[in-house]
Amino acid sequence: MTREIAVVAFAQTDHRRTSDELSEVEMLMPVLHAVLDQTGLKTADIGFTCSGSSDYLAGRAFSFTLALDGVGAWPPISESHVEMDGAWALYEAWTKLLTGDADTALVYSYGKSSPGSVRDVLTRQLDPYYVAPLWPDSVALAALQAQALIDAGDTDEPALAAVAARSRTDATTNSHAQLRGSVPQGDYLVRPLRTGDCPPIGDGAAAVILAAGERARDLCERPAWIRGIDHRIEAHGLGVRDLTDSPSTRLAAERAGAFERPVDTAELHAPFTSQEVVLRKALRLDDSVRVNPSGGALAANPVMAAGLLRIGEAAARIHRGESDRALAHATSGPCLQQNLVAVLEGDPR
Amino acid sequence: MPQVLKAPLAVEFPFTRSLGPVQSAFLTGLRERVLLGVKTVDGRVLVPPVEYDPVTADEIRDLVEVAGTGTVTTWAWNHEPRRGQPLDTPFAWVLVRLDGADTALLHALDVPGPDAVRTGMRVRVRWAEERTGAITDIACFEPYDGEPEQPAGHSGEFEDAITGIVAAARLDYTYSPGRAQSAYIHALSDRRMVGERCPSCRKVYVPPRGACPTCGVATSEQVEVGPRGTVTTFCIVNIKAKNLDIEVPYVYAHIALDGADLALHARIGGIPYDQVRMGLRVEPVWTDGSRFPDHYRPTGEVDAEYDTYKELL
Repeated sequence: MTREIAVVAFAQTDHRRTSDELSEVEMLMPVLHAVLDQTGLKTADIGFTCSGSSDYLAGRAFSFTLALDGVGAWPPISESHVEMDGAWALYEAWTKLLTGDADTALVYSYGKSSPGSVRDVLTRQLDPYYVAPLWPDSVALAALQAQALIDAGDTDEPALAAVAARSRTDATTNSHAQLRGSVPQGDYLVRPLRTGDCPPIGDGAAAVILAAGERARDLCERPAWIRGIDHRIEAHGLGVRDLTDSPSTRLAAERAGAFERPVDTAELHAPFTSQEVVLRKALRLDDSVRVNPSGGALAANPVMAAGLLRIGEAAARIHRGESDRALAHATSGPCLQQNLVAVLEGDPR
Repeated sequence: MPQVLKAPLAVEFPFTRSLGPVQSAFLTGLRERVLLGVKTVDGRVLVPPVEYDPVTADEIRDLVEVAGTGTVTTWAWNHEPRRGQPLDTPFAWVLVRLDGADTALLHALDVPGPDAVRTGMRVRVRWAEERTGAITDIACFEPYDGEPEQPAGHSGEFEDAITGIVAAARLDYTYSPGRAQSAYIHALSDRRMVGERCPSCRKVYVPPRGACPTCGVATSEQVEVGPRGTVTTFCIVNIKAKNLDIEVPYVYAHIALDGADLALHARIGGIPYDQVRMGLRVEPVWTDGSRFPDHYRPTGEVDAEYDTYKELL
């Protein structure tokens, strides 16, 4: 690798159940301005802009082009969009910076789940021939995975409840989180998953700025250097996979260099408690690693932004000197279908 | 701040999808109550079958019939079925490995309660009465305690094989347009056009979207514009739109309202279509009960000079 690239700024909205009074661009703009303010950069200073979102969430066609108003995209800027979580937009921006075409990049993503029924909306990403016509919602598919883990002896309902409780307790120090403190585990939503095992549904946005080499040191006191980043996908048939494992996460982590030295922190994108069990196993995380100090996706899960939030939260801990080497993970699709792993480091103190 | 506007929005689409040869055989098979898998390069049998080997990416075409009986590999209890799901009474979602297959198929299992389902239980396909060549030709699975069914060794060749499916989808939303557009719509109900000014470049956007696309900052200062404006450019529509009761040909135009820095678009009426021109001065025509102008008509003023609107084309 010829260029060092770092996350130099991160911002997020408060994540809320609804944001009726705001359009997507109105929700997004404050976080765009926040990351520009943190670095002192202006719109015109940004070399590349990349975003992640899905029009299906709010049912608003071409919302990603309207969101560009908030960036100041006219006259035209160098820009791209992925219909994926913002973590994958960050991956594209990282490759753009690697080529040397740009020295700075703005990455953002947003999701407004409140106008629709996100459990049903997410069925539209499934295999359209064999699966989508059955409308299996996102909680049902996660529940099939959770039951497979229980059958395999990898977890049980009390252990899942403990993951939920730890996440929301940790979120008490995260003012942006939607679900904080003591949250009842509740009734079954789709057994074996209870409401407490599932993420809150809400609206939110996140943004980061990436910079290369010396530029990163100019813009940030302690840049979060991306030492490695990789993403991998499972076979698309749910019944082809071993749902209790995540070989794609393990491979991405290996390619990102996660196993070369221990990390002190891991921000895992596990919207369901049971998925943290799978990820801990795949990433070989033991109790010495601080997992999801932000509360993770169980505390705030703005779809399309929750993965970028993990990278942002991990980077912010490095910025603040609370971590020296952190792993950030993002997922997309049913039952951890696709997984991205980034390894971030701060300069020695 | 005025009340937040909301309206129901249904997004509905029938996707017409073509099928590859393996998918075609599998779905046609369901119509004929035949279950087919496909053999991978290493000899595993995938059900439901796919066109390419998930491990090697080789094209795979070797179809093999499997049984209508199988074993649950995992399950989840769905006490509140949602629209479109296979059963409208509480059921278990299941992954089922059919006898003769190495992978599992997702479907519903019809049992009275969660105590009647467990991983490893034996089940059998319940066929839908009307079958068209779709995954829903399997109505669901049901408990089964007999011997495994023996597949007859079907070749996978069918008369009248289907080559495509129509997958209907509907999603329901409660749409809310946000602060800036809500204010615009509220003003329209008083027959006023209210845009917003960029605090940085001072341009006035109408309709406002809440942000200046040049400066990337929020707009908030409300500015009443129009009602008169200038046609900056136009086209002549010759094709009648579905569900639209307007005689063709008619003119659709970009109109720069007086005081606005962005043209909006609307129909031009009250003048023969072939007499509309760039620079024509127009004003809105409201009809009773409507929340936006029906169309714009000439004011009778002298045409605007090109230089006054050339930046708004």
